[in-house]
Amino acid sequence: MKKFKAIASIATPFPRANTDTDIIIPAKHLKSIKRTGFGEYAFESVRFDSKGKRIKGNVFDAEKYKGAKILIAGDNFGCGSSREHAPWAIAELGFRCIIAPSFADIFAGNCVKNGILAVPLPQEQVDALVLAAEAGHEIRVDLGDQTVICQNAYYKFLFNLAHKKMLLDGLDEVGQTLQVMPAIDSYEEKQKLKTPWLFKS
Amino acid sequence: MPQTKPLTMYDKIWANHIVEDRGQGAALIYIDRHLVHEVTSPQAFDGLRAAGRTIHSVDSIIAVPDHNVPTKNRDKPNPDPMSTAQLNALEANAKEFGLDYIAMDDVRQGIVHVVGPEQGFTQPGVTLVCGDSHTSTHGAFGALAFGIGTSEVEHVLATQTLQLNKSKNMRVTVTGVLPMGCSAKDVALAIIGAIGTAGGTGSVIEYAGPVIEALSVEGRMTLCNMSIEAGARAGLVAPDGKTCDYLKGRPYAPTADQWETAVKYWKSLASDDGAVFDKDIIINGDQIVPLVTWGTSPEDVAPVTGFVPEIADFADRAKQEAMQKALHYMGLKAGQAITDIPVDRVFIGSCTNSRIEDMREAAAIVKGRCIADTIIEAIVVPGSGLVKLQAEKEGLDKVFLDAGFQWREPGCSMCLAMNPDKAGAGEHVASTSNRNFVGRQGPGARTHLVSPAMAAAAALAGHFVDVRDFLGAES
Repeated sequence: MKKFKAIASIATPFPRANTDTDIIIPAKHLKSIKRTGFGEYAFESVRFDSKGKRIKGNVFDAEKYKGAKILIAGDNFGCGSSREHAPWAIAELGFRCIIAPSFADIFAGNCVKNGILAVPLPQEQVDALVLAAEAGHEIRVDLGDQTVICQNAYYKFLFNLAHKKMLLDGLDEVGQTLQVMPAIDSYEEKQKLKTPWLFKS
Repeated sequence: MPQTKPLTMYDKIWANHIVEDRGQGAALIYIDRHLVHEVTSPQAFDGLRAAGRTIHSVDSIIAVPDHNVPTKNRDKPNPDPMSTAQLNALEANAKEFGLDYIAMDDVRQGIVHVVGPEQGFTQPGVTLVCGDSHTSTHGAFGALAFGIGTSEVEHVLATQTLQLNKSKNMRVTVTGVLPMGCSAKDVALAIIGAIGTAGGTGSVIEYAGPVIEALSVEGRMTLCNMSIEAGARAGLVAPDGKTCDYLKGRPYAPTADQWETAVKYWKSLASDDGAVFDKDIIINGDQIVPLVTWGTSPEDVAPVTGFVPEIADFADRAKQEAMQKALHYMGLKAGQAITDIPVDRVFIGSCTNSRIEDMREAAAIVKGRCIADTIIEAIVVPGSGLVKLQAEKEGLDKVFLDAGFQWREPGCSMCLAMNPDKAGAGEHVASTSNRNFVGRQGPGARTHLVSPAMAAAAALAGHFVDVRDFLGAES
C-alpha cells in the first residue's frame, strides 16, 4: 500500500451531501475482476449526460481543478454500498485525500486500505475549504500532526491511531495479522469447546 | 457473585469474539461466517494468490452468485461477457480453494442474504461478514453481521479475523402495534425517515419493543437489512422462540445433540436489563402508515396519504438544495400528492423483500386482479430457488402471472441493475428494494421504495395507492 504522510495540492470541490457509492461508481461498472479501470466511470452521472456526452463545467474534468489530489466533499460521503471500487475509482482520478464533514463507516474503512486519507472536519470548516478550492488556493494536509492548512486557516482533525499508523507506514494489514496467528488458533480452540456447532468436526 | 456491568447484545457478541484487545475499543475480532459473491470477491482471491496465501477456514464460507446473474433465459448463454467472466471467476475460485459453492442451476441459489438464513448458516451470536453492505440483514437472528470491502474480504479469507473498532450502542424501540396494511418495510422506512441516513453512523442498532417482537423472522430481516440505509453498519434483534423455530432442522443448524446447548447460549445473548445505550430512540408503532419515498435518499419518505414536502419544510440551505436536485431528478413537484405519482414499472424482489412472506403479502393484493395497462413491466424476483419453489407450491406464481406480472429466476436483479433488469430514464419504479439513489435502477430511473403490498397495489392502479383500500375492499 502507498504510504501517506502529507500532501499539498489544489482541491476539487464537490460538497454534495449524502454522496453514495452508486454515484461514485455505478453498479453496472463493477463487473471487472481487476482492481483497476474504474476511474473512467467515476462520478459518471456527474460527468456525463444520459447520451454519454461529457457535461461541460463538471468539477472532475474542469481544467481549473486538473491535478487536484484533494477532494472537498459533503456530509455522509460514501454512504450506501460497501463496494471498494469506490475508493479505487476515486484514486484513479488522482485523489489521495478527501475532506468532508463525515464519512460512511464502510467507505472510511475502505479508504484506509487503499492509502486514501479521509479527513473529517466540521461543516463550517469544510464550507471554507470549498471556497478556497474554488478560488484555486493550495491546501496542505499533514497526517503526522493531523492538520489541514490553507492560507491563514489552520484546522486540526481527529484520526484513529491504528489507521494513522497503517497509512503512515503503508502496512500490509493481512501480513500484519498473520503474525499473530498463534493467538487466532488458540482462540479457535477455545471456541470449539464453547460453540462446537459452528465447527465441522 | 460480584455485580457486573449490564451489557448490550452487541457488547456481548463483541466480547465473545475478541482475539486480541488492542485498547481504546480497537480489537482483532474473530469472524465465524463469511458469505462470498461474484462482484466483490475476485480481487480478494487474486490478492491471496499473489501473496501465496491460503484460506484459513474453508468451512466458514458459502459462495453463491447473485448480483449479476440473469433472471430469465438461464438455459441460454449469458449475453454479457463481463458478467460471464465474473461468474466464472467465482466458480473457479470456489473450486480452487475448496469452498462450499452453490451454482446458478442449484435450487438453493439466490441472494446471499436470503441463502445464508435459509441454509441455517446465519445463527445467533455469530460474527458474519460479506462484501455487501446489506449483510446487516443477518442481524435479525442476533448475529453481528456487517458489510465489508474487498480488502477486508481478503483479510477474513486469510486470517479469519478483522481489525475493528467497536461501534457505539444505539437502540430503536418501536412501541405499540403495527397497523393493518403496514409491514416491516414501513417500519424500516419510518425509522430512516425519523433518524436520517446518517442517524446510525458509527453505531450498531438494536431493534426492540413490541412491534419488533411481533415481527416474523422474515420481517426482522427486512428491518435489519435497511440498517445500513440509516448509516449503521449492523442491526440486531434479540433471538427468541421464533428465531429458534426458524433455524431448527436447517442444513447448517446445530444438530440434535448440540441443539439444547446452542439454544441456551442464544437466549443468553439478549441485552441485560439496565444496559446503557449511547443513543436511545423511540418510535410510536401505532402511528406508522404505508410509506413511499419521493426523493433520491431513503430518508425522503412520505405517507402514501400525504404529499411531497415543500422546499420551505427544510430549515437549512443544503437540505433545500438537495431537495430541489432530488425533485428535478424524480420529475416531481413540491406539494404533489403521493397518489398522483404515476408508476411505470414494478419490481418485487431484492435482499430486502424477496422472501416467501413477501411473495405472499404481494400475492394477496394481486389475487384475481390485473396490473394497469400503463405498466411497462412488473417483475417478481424470488430471493432464492427455494423461495421460488415454495411460492410455486402455494400457486403464487400463477397469481402473479395471471395478473400480468413476470415470474423470474432468483438474484439481485433490478435492485442495482447490474444484469439486464433495469428501468429506463424517467420511468417511475415502485420497488421493494432498499436504495432510491440516482441511477441505481438504470441511468435516469426514478425509484420509489415501498413494501411488497404497496408495490403490488401500485401495479394494479398504475400509480401509488393506499394498500389499505384494497384490504378494506376484501373484508
